[in-house]
Amino acid sequence: MDYLKKYPKLFQWLFLLVVFFALCFAIDVPETYKFIRGQAEFVKDPNQSVYFFLGKEVRYYAFDVFWRLPPLLGWLPIWINDSLFFLMNEWMPMEFWNEDTQEFKTRPILLQISRNLTAFMTFLIELIREILLGGLETIVAFTSWDFIDAYPWLELPGLPWTIVAAGAAILSYKLSGKGLALFAGLTMIYISIFGQWKPSMQTLSFILVAAPLSFIFGLGLGIAAYKSKRVEKALYPILLVMQTMPQYAVLVPALVLFGVGDHAAVIITMVVAVPPMILLTILGLRAIPPEVIEAGRMSGCTNWQLMLKVLIPTARRDILIGVNQVIMVCFSMAVISAFIGAKGLGFNLLLALNQLNIGLALEAGLCISLIAILLDKMSLAWANKQTDYFGNLTFFQRNKNVIFFAASFVIGIILAYVGTFIFKGSFNYLFEIPHNKGISTADFWNKGVDWIFDTFFVYIKAFNTWLIQDVLQPMRALYLRMPAVATLVLAVGAGYLIGGIRSALVVAGLTLFIALSPWWDRALVTLYMATFGVVISCLIGFTVGTLCFQNKKSAAFMLGVCDIFQTFPSFVYLIPVMMLFGITDTSVLIAVIVYATIPATRYTIEGLRSVPVGLHEAATMSGVNKLQRLTKIEFPLAFPHMMLGINQTIVFALFMVIIGAFIGTEDLGQYILKALSDKNGAGIGLTLGICVAFIGLIFDNLIRTWVEKRKKHLGIA
Amino acid sequence: MSETVIKCESVYKIFGENAKKMLEESNGNVDAKTFQEKGCIVGVNNASFEVAKGEMLVVMGLSGSGKSTLLRCISRLTDATGGKIFIEGQDLLELNNKELIELRRSKMGMVFQSFALLPHKTVVENIAFPLQIKGTKTEDSINRAMEMVKLVGLDGRENYFPRELSGGQQQRVGIARSLAVEPDIWFLDEPFSALDPLIRKEMQDEFLRLQEKLQKTIMFITHDFDEALKLADRIAIMKDGIIEQLDTPANIVLNPATEYVRKFTEEVPREKVLVIEDVMDTTSNDNLGDLKVLKDEIIENVAEKILTQEKIVAVVDSENNIVGSIKPSKIIDTVFGGRKNGS
Repeated sequence: MDYLKKYPKLFQWLFLLVVFFALCFAIDVPETYKFIRGQAEFVKDPNQSVYFFLGKEVRYYAFDVFWRLPPLLGWLPIWINDSLFFLMNEWMPMEFWNEDTQEFKTRPILLQISRNLTAFMTFLIELIREILLGGLETIVAFTSWDFIDAYPWLELPGLPWTIVAAGAAILSYKLSGKGLALFAGLTMIYISIFGQWKPSMQTLSFILVAAPLSFIFGLGLGIAAYKSKRVEKALYPILLVMQTMPQYAVLVPALVLFGVGDHAAVIITMVVAVPPMILLTILGLRAIPPEVIEAGRMSGCTNWQLMLKVLIPTARRDILIGVNQVIMVCFSMAVISAFIGAKGLGFNLLLALNQLNIGLALEAGLCISLIAILLDKMSLAWANKQTDYFGNLTFFQRNKNVIFFAASFVIGIILAYVGTFIFKGSFNYLFEIPHNKGISTADFWNKGVDWIFDTFFVYIKAFNTWLIQDVLQPMRALYLRMPAVATLVLAVGAGYLIGGIRSALVVAGLTLFIALSPWWDRALVTLYMATFGVVISCLIGFTVGTLCFQNKKSAAFMLGVCDIFQTFPSFVYLIPVMMLFGITDTSVLIAVIVYATIPATRYTIEGLRSVPVGLHEAATMSGVNKLQRLTKIEFPLAFPHMMLGINQTIVFALFMVIIGAFIGTEDLGQYILKALSDKNGAGIGLTLGICVAFIGLIFDNLIRTWVEKRKKHLGIA
Repeated sequence: MSETVIKCESVYKIFGENAKKMLEESNGNVDAKTFQEKGCIVGVNNASFEVAKGEMLVVMGLSGSGKSTLLRCISRLTDATGGKIFIEGQDLLELNNKELIELRRSKMGMVFQSFALLPHKTVVENIAFPLQIKGTKTEDSINRAMEMVKLVGLDGRENYFPRELSGGQQQRVGIARSLAVEPDIWFLDEPFSALDPLIRKEMQDEFLRLQEKLQKTIMFITHDFDEALKLADRIAIMKDGIIEQLDTPANIVLNPATEYVRKFTEEVPREKVLVIEDVMDTTSNDNLGDLKVLKDEIIENVAEKILTQEKIVAVVDSENNIVGSIKPSKIIDTVFGGRKNGS
């Protein structure tokens, strides 16, 4: 009884677990239950039950409600789909002037908006693409095909790669200095020599449109939310869901709304990249000390001046993190949106992965990663740039970068011209090295993979078999064995114990949505993979983070490593694991673990760092040894921050699990991928995406509530 | 008295949702307690005063007394709930946004407790900021800012970032920034409160030196009574939004208006605050000694001279006319006796 009084929380948790397990044992698996695979779910089976709602027919296998809830929300995807279709094709038809046919045409307004947006995006992408690679679409856009036929020389020739490389290096030099310039130059030369020029420039043109637009929209909406509580309230739930929504899932509705191609990819990238930008903008603006704002106003700033010269620069740190996020998401999406027809490196990467050509995939992946790192560093350097007011510079000194660029421009053109004589009859390597005509190390890597496979096949296979048969399969079976009611009780109980009624209700709502959707089983499989990934990631992350924290240098080094790894597009992680483990769940899980270890490590180091120095000294003076200090002081205080790391780890893991569907898993991701090629897939894709987002949000809610309480308790809020 | 620069007529600032309505209903009889029960917090309660050109008014009060709120009403960083504020005869509350910005750009400067420097700008850029906002050419604004850098003694650090400076240096930048546009009215919101005692004293002396040179009209906020005594021409003591007393330092020490003010004055070393004129005898006296003291001398500085005299000491003004007299025993009385009597 004393224990009960001493640790009331502990007993409440024990009680919850006892109830949970009791329910698990009490409710038997129905004899008819099986985890349905593949297409079977869409086959009309006479054993299925049927109900109608809003005119939609929903078919499902009925079980005892304690075991699995009926899919009462089964009509939702169909309904979303029909609504989208209605909006696009029938809603509010209006007359629009058609330039080509010179007459009015009746079109639904949304379709017209979508077409105009599409045309605009296409124009932007084409413009940049043609400056980099040459073409004539931009000129056609301003004139007509007849005009081009009359003046065929008008076609943009595209810049020789030497000029672009020199330009990138000079710009980097201006922004940051020699180091970055060298990196930029080498990156460009690498891309060119390895014959990835064209796809790289296609990807780059896509990014150069998507990233600035996302930045502007994110910043603008962030400012709007900062200024108006109402806007913030309206945006917040959308932002939350979008933060945890897997990127795959948004692709499908985009297909319906904007069709296939680079333009759709840009729009969908913006949808994914804008939310973090908004959140970070709000965060940054809110953190500005009120006196700084007052100082700005007392200096006589107008509202615009206050925003542009005081608020945004002062919130620069968070806004920069936002830019960083935008760039990361853009590159990530550059690959993923290849599914909806974006050209460039991503497409090559997917193709290579599909053909299991690891070498080619590696080269494309490296290109994407290098460009990502380069752009990231350049944007950072740009934001940190200082003006020098005191230099009495000569004309040459002031304009040396422009002069150098002009010089390299001329030299580049001369080289390209000379090249036409040197490489007569073959490709002009000084102008552009065509795709797959450069050096390629693909064979080397492929042979390497083969060698690894031949040499270690037995061990890899043994490990793989052991992991799948002895760990993963039983774990999956256990997860699927949970009766729906037991899971609900566990989730809601945890919500209640952590955050009271409010949390319990939120968690109950989110869980019920998933339970009442037709994909509860799939969600459980997703959850099992994510759990496995998160547990291992956290173990590795906490250990590595703690070890690195013991020394300032190694901590800084590790954070740097995390930065670089975070810049890699998520898809790139699949390359090396497929190299080793081929197409199995193991591959996906290892990718998940590698990817999700990043936030776990980062937050561990940051959490430990945030422990006040005064406490260290107090502890040292109390005569603790290193281990005691770690376990008694640093861990308890850093733990709330580390929990936020777990939160991020869960989101990262879920993302990767869903992306892993590309390799072939049986979770929600598999269905999202399938919805991509289904003409009625939009509703399904969106609903599945929401399901995944809700899994993330359940944990997000629980962890955040706990962290807030804990921080308040520790007085470090 | 010379020209009035700032004039407040029963200014109220009440925070809360229907503050305005409640103020109207109260008929100028605002009681903080009843307001609080209805969810409103009284920041400034019926403040009326004037500040003359070149005068330094120090507003003294503990935290939460409404002194910063009062300052923010006068700089219109917040809008007063009721009352009238005139800046050089202009009704501040009537100004539209554009006129207000113009007023701030040409006439007002403000210094903040937490310095409020822009973290992304260097010292010289921070100082040039108000000028650049006004649209001054970059070169001119930088030149002017460099003058200000010299004025506050930060030469050689003009390209430092705020984070690279100590607190005292940061506040020098804040002061320089507020002076860059050559304002007539200078608001200082606890400018030295965040500084170490030694640095604080140094900055106060520096501030007095600057003021002697510049002769601005100043509203200075502080919670430090000694600081108020040292700097002020007149002091306003605030409590719970109400100005308890507004008077010269000497009068506040000699005649505290309320019990609250008296508590502050109890520990004050009078000889450091009062001048001879405050304690002298103005009735004519023939039995004067040879020693003459100026009426503006602070007692501490001449006490020793007077105390060694046996005869009554003559008090003269700057033109050497005798305006009064002082007995040595009066000095002893002032320094030691005053506290018990509370006079």
